[in-house]
Amino acid sequence: MKNILVIGATSAIAEQTIRLYAKQNTNLYLLGRDEEKLQAIAQDAQIRGAESASFHVLDFNNFDRHPKVLEAAFAKLGTIDLVLIAHGSLPNQQACEESVETTLRELNTNAISGIALLTLIANQMEMQGCGTIAVITSVAGDRGRQSNYVYGAAKGMLSIFLQGLRNRLFKKGVHVLDIKPGFVDTPMTAEFKKGPLWAKPETIAKQIVKAVERRKNTLYTPWFWSIIMLIIRNIPEVVFKKLKL
Amino acid sequence: MKLSGWGQYPTAQAESRVVHSKRKVSELLAETQSAHLIPRGLGRSYGDSALAEQILNTQHLNHFMAFDPSTGEISCAAGVSFAELLEIFVPRGWFLPVTPGTKFVTVGGAIASDVHGKNHHLDGCFSQHVLSIKLALASGEIIDCSPSEHPELFHATCGGMGLTGVILQATFRLLPIESALIEERSYKTKNLAETLELFEEHEASTYSVAWIDCLSTGDKLGRSLLMLGEHATRGELEAHKNSKLNVPINMPNLLLNRYSIQAFNTLYYHKQTQTHAQRSVHYEPYFYPLDGIHNWNRLYGKNGFTQYQFVLPKEAGLEGMTRILKEIAQSKRGSFLAVLKAFGAANENYLSFPTEGYTLALDFKIDAALFPFLEELDHIVLDYGGRLYLTKDARMSETTFKQSYPLWETFQEVRTRYGADQVFNSLQSQRLGL
Repeated sequence: MKNILVIGATSAIAEQTIRLYAKQNTNLYLLGRDEEKLQAIAQDAQIRGAESASFHVLDFNNFDRHPKVLEAAFAKLGTIDLVLIAHGSLPNQQACEESVETTLRELNTNAISGIALLTLIANQMEMQGCGTIAVITSVAGDRGRQSNYVYGAAKGMLSIFLQGLRNRLFKKGVHVLDIKPGFVDTPMTAEFKKGPLWAKPETIAKQIVKAVERRKNTLYTPWFWSIIMLIIRNIPEVVFKKLKL
Repeated sequence: MKLSGWGQYPTAQAESRVVHSKRKVSELLAETQSAHLIPRGLGRSYGDSALAEQILNTQHLNHFMAFDPSTGEISCAAGVSFAELLEIFVPRGWFLPVTPGTKFVTVGGAIASDVHGKNHHLDGCFSQHVLSIKLALASGEIIDCSPSEHPELFHATCGGMGLTGVILQATFRLLPIESALIEERSYKTKNLAETLELFEEHEASTYSVAWIDCLSTGDKLGRSLLMLGEHATRGELEAHKNSKLNVPINMPNLLLNRYSIQAFNTLYYHKQTQTHAQRSVHYEPYFYPLDGIHNWNRLYGKNGFTQYQFVLPKEAGLEGMTRILKEIAQSKRGSFLAVLKAFGAANENYLSFPTEGYTLALDFKIDAALFPFLEELDHIVLDYGGRLYLTKDARMSETTFKQSYPLWETFQEVRTRYGADQVFNSLQSQRLGL
């Protein structure tokens, strides 16, 4: 049996991942902002086969509440096999450029809140000496681009934090997985025109489950993003700064 | 974007809105200005019934709300597909009470089309296993309807082709099974009379369907393979696996022609050498033989095809079918697969297709001479008091529709009462004068 904590459980990728784990007789503990959606997802997971599915409402930018909510989750689940962190938002770059407040809020949502949660979770996992921490970041975190560098900076910060955490927890038997999806067709990206590079959340979810099983360090998903990002990372800055990306 | 039904004919420009929650559907309906909006699930109806200026895509309304393992009663959102239901519930010993020939349909679509299956003669249409539905009306208001609560709205919505509102959720009863296998018995018949006789003789069989060689003539006219089925009591409760076969692009128009279709039909008829055979087969190839090839509709080429499915009353069965099969054989327009089935009694829904008698479904590639030919067939069908299945239809005339669906006025009254006629209109409903 598996005990799984999902943070940002109402995100499309998280929900699809929850559905896959539900088939494996798991105990789920879901955190998110929208109570109605959480309840629907928990109920759905139980009908799909989850042993149990509890949920708790949490606004991730309300840092003061993190310790209490996490404690309750740890108490309910016991030994945790997997923590999946999936919450985030897609900022409007233009709006960020016009407002410090918006920029800081987006950095909080997409990086700082995750880091705050991970600080507490890491200690708990270190203590139990097993399990996996999987965090959804983004290919956007690999290099800053004019079209969405606030989001990129936040996700990049999270990725570097995860590298350090992986390094620290490796010898304690805790595994850290950094999930970097490319374009995913979700409500968060509803406004975008979709093309051949776009993937369904179901596809991403399947690859997450596989990567957790195989204890991968970094998952570019779908796979072709590892090649795209290899190229993007290696374009010299003198050239890169002139590109419209 | 350009959209079409499964037959790839007709195609139309449509703005597609994906909805992720019931609340979103309500909001969208409350604010929409469009008078040409239609819900769409997996797009498996063949013609223009899920085409309109604005499409409300319900595929992502796919949560399960409740399941009672003591009764098999399930509540789920309208976008849940039959494939997903089978994947989850076959291993626990439950099956769909009624299933069409593909599992890639949504619960909402199955209700809107009031689909039937190989057990229609005993178990009726899908809606007859539905206990209640949640429907979003044109105003955005959400109401429950069932055979006892707002019954007229329930009977208009089941088989109502999405024209009464957006089906959000349904509660229905699954069928208990002991095995994922079907005990299949098949009979090879010499002609149509023998086929119809066998249907009668085996009316106690849970499932029955016949494949007809529609290009055979003379005293072989209507020779068939009749396949009967029962749920097995032994064997594992293993769900289907997803097929990897796919037709990636439209095939050349010439692939399916008179000769290739005739060759296929002859081979298919002779694949069974004995007159009577028996085997255990998984439900997947038994119910969904074509689901094994994704996008098989592309075999017909980019001009698309239409499925002509009609029903004739029982008393007209042999004579009417003979006349139609003769017309088809004469026209040399073979159908790749022609499927014959005996229907049981009709239900109370205003636009549900099945009525007691025999139904035949044929696929025809679209070409310039096809529609005049189908008009002729329409006349024969009407002469015998039959009608065509709206889910497959892409071309019937308003007159044909109104003559063969006598309850269309009741349907329209209910639609008007709930303001649905001001919002929910598809290319099909406009063509049919609804």
